[in-house]
Amino acid sequence: MKEKRNEMKSKVNLDFSLVEKARETAKKIALETQKFIDRNTTTAIERTVCRLLAIDGVDEFEVPLPNIVVQNIENGHMLSIGAAVLIGNAMIETSLSPQEIAEKIGTSELDLTSLPMNDIGKIKTIINEKAKKSIEIIKNHKNTREKYIEIFGDKIGPYLYVIVATGNIYEDIIQAQAAARQGADVIAVIRSTGQSLLDFVPYGATTEGFGGTYATQENFRLMRKALDDVGEELKRYIMLTNYCSGLCMPEIAAMGALERLDMMLNDALYGILFRDINMQRTIIDQYFSRMINAFAGVIINTGEDNYIKTDDPFENAHTVLASQFMNEQFALLAGLKEEQMGIGHACEMDPGLKNGFLFELAQAQMAREIFPNAPLKYMPPTKFKTGNIFKGHIQDALFNMITIITNQKVHLLGMLTEAIHTPFMSDRALSIENARYIFNNMESLGDEISFKKGGIIQRRANEVLEKATQLLKEIEQIGLFKTIEKGTFGGIKRPIDGGKGLEGVIVKGKDYYNPFLELMENKRN
Amino acid sequence: MGGGLNSISKKDFEKSLDLTKIKPYGDTMNDGKIQMSFTLPINDEPKALEAARVLVEKMGINEPSIVYHQQLDNDFTFFIVYGSLRNTLDYTQIHTETIEVESMSMEKINDYIKNEIKRKVVVIGATTGSDAHTVGIDAIMNMKGFAGHYGLERYEMIKAYNLGSQVANEIFVKKAIELKADVLLVSQTVTQKKIHVKNLINLVDLLEAEEIRDKVILICGGPRISYELAKELGFDAGFGPNTFSENVATYFIRELVHRKLT
Repeated sequence: MKEKRNEMKSKVNLDFSLVEKARETAKKIALETQKFIDRNTTTAIERTVCRLLAIDGVDEFEVPLPNIVVQNIENGHMLSIGAAVLIGNAMIETSLSPQEIAEKIGTSELDLTSLPMNDIGKIKTIINEKAKKSIEIIKNHKNTREKYIEIFGDKIGPYLYVIVATGNIYEDIIQAQAAARQGADVIAVIRSTGQSLLDFVPYGATTEGFGGTYATQENFRLMRKALDDVGEELKRYIMLTNYCSGLCMPEIAAMGALERLDMMLNDALYGILFRDINMQRTIIDQYFSRMINAFAGVIINTGEDNYIKTDDPFENAHTVLASQFMNEQFALLAGLKEEQMGIGHACEMDPGLKNGFLFELAQAQMAREIFPNAPLKYMPPTKFKTGNIFKGHIQDALFNMITIITNQKVHLLGMLTEAIHTPFMSDRALSIENARYIFNNMESLGDEISFKKGGIIQRRANEVLEKATQLLKEIEQIGLFKTIEKGTFGGIKRPIDGGKGLEGVIVKGKDYYNPFLELMENKRN
Repeated sequence: MGGGLNSISKKDFEKSLDLTKIKPYGDTMNDGKIQMSFTLPINDEPKALEAARVLVEKMGINEPSIVYHQQLDNDFTFFIVYGSLRNTLDYTQIHTETIEVESMSMEKINDYIKNEIKRKVVVIGATTGSDAHTVGIDAIMNMKGFAGHYGLERYEMIKAYNLGSQVANEIFVKKAIELKADVLLVSQTVTQKKIHVKNLINLVDLLEAEEIRDKVILICGGPRISYELAKELGFDAGFGPNTFSENVATYFIRELVHRKLT
């Protein structure tokens, strides 16, 4: 993804020695946390291993087979060696495929934990062979994407990113194809409210959801096909996005990798703060999910925009930057390249704020300069949308201007009907028209202007940077977990043993094995 | 595309205001002018314009003028239409139930509690069910408040507990009992398929099962909540958009005194 670079000189006159200091501190925080991550696995990670070993489907009670397998191992208290070892062992013992093994567990004909254990070397050989098949599928998808982009060309300027959220995958497809024809580059299928709290991934095509559509592998496949079809017609590659968050973070990543999703919402802290998922669980899960996304060539979107939906966007802008620094370091540790980091932020200040536009401009330009190679994900105004569609359309216009002036890349379009309903087809069309008008009409404005030395914009950017650097220092001293307990991000406090999903955290045994940790790490490029 | 400057229509109607026969106002009393936009699942062709015009006439609108039409996708066309409403409305016959109290300030509320209730009022709030939006409950409860109006946590005579989002009704009720709450605030934002209504009714049922429904003031709020809806669902009151902590607090302290729940 080639991107027009902003000129070398900092427009907001940033103190880059401070940027280096902040980045170094964030790295230390991430490395410290990584020690904890490396010691543990989770039920979600083990279910992901099952999925990557081609275990899919549900039993007669609609329970997904990956859950059945992991539950079976948990019942036998053997999850600390990893699902892969026991599945590999069962493959040797029964000569069945992982899928057949899972089905037999589902009908209680097989118990993985009561089979005699074979030689670990032999187990690793058989399981690696199986694992490599999924690795091949994912690599092929990555090649297909690259080929499409090579043929059709990559979008110059911001990607127009819109959401569909009808609850019915077939209706979503109609909306998504229409949006693509109207000019959208990225389609995000919003998930049904509450899916992040399910400790399993629903199965099959779904037509009922609240405020969105369930993320299922079949829904991914249907939408991918629909976007490829419309993309061929338009000679553009239309990207597909879903949500790698919640209790099934790594499973969704695996499903996305297997069905060629292009972007994933995938934040290191979001689930902890906004879904009250246990922090240990999320931190461990985010690592493996990001590793999969890294391998599959997926662009992740981080969720800092959410902090300033709950907290004051003017006063706490530095928490966004501090989190961006940490998300970057966690992403690097998981193997993501800078070009895959859709680092997030948002245009959420009170429109009544005097010079608010200038502060937003400062924040966006600062993020652009601090993360020069990242396809920054910029989120539209939502918090102060009132139902006045006319004012809302103008709020979105100002937001569009900031994107084109500061060269943001993943541009989530604001809707004039935000705070009223999930977007109508016509809302999206008007919104795309608004953005295209401004992006075309003001394309090179950013290259033409510089900001007044020592003026409001430059002062604001440096003030936010200083406070973020200071905050990172504090986090380094007390550790990330304690920081979250204190309520530093989004003004939300979460205890280390609180929230959902802690029971799914398991300390790895010394014989623990997950073939994908090596296969995906080795194949990183 | 439409030419919107057609102000040549006859203006031979009664131009004085009569509250028993009101109509929308464009630029002349009783001109009935309204605007609307909608999408029809048909292609943008001459026949589609006629279809849109007929549809708008069926809504009770005279002289529909399609000022803009655009194909959104195969078989979908977007229309923006202006016209004049035929129907009138007798405003003197409209009655609504609203909470017509003038709100007190934070200081007055604290004084009122000191004098009339003589102890701290316990308020718990949450966004319940699967709803993850906290903007509403935070605006009312958090110390900082919203748009310059401090939240209940800042009130000296109120003990406010914000339980956050996605709180199950069962847990909410349990907390209410445990903290001996006087006032229960429930925020609901997501409205698809009326999930918020089911969730609110379920809470009332649970409170009745625990026999504490009449011992608490039960209030809901959110962008789609009205006072009428709240009453219908078995709540004491409901607050819509543009509500601040003092509006809610003024209501519940008076209600506590009125219902002798002090």
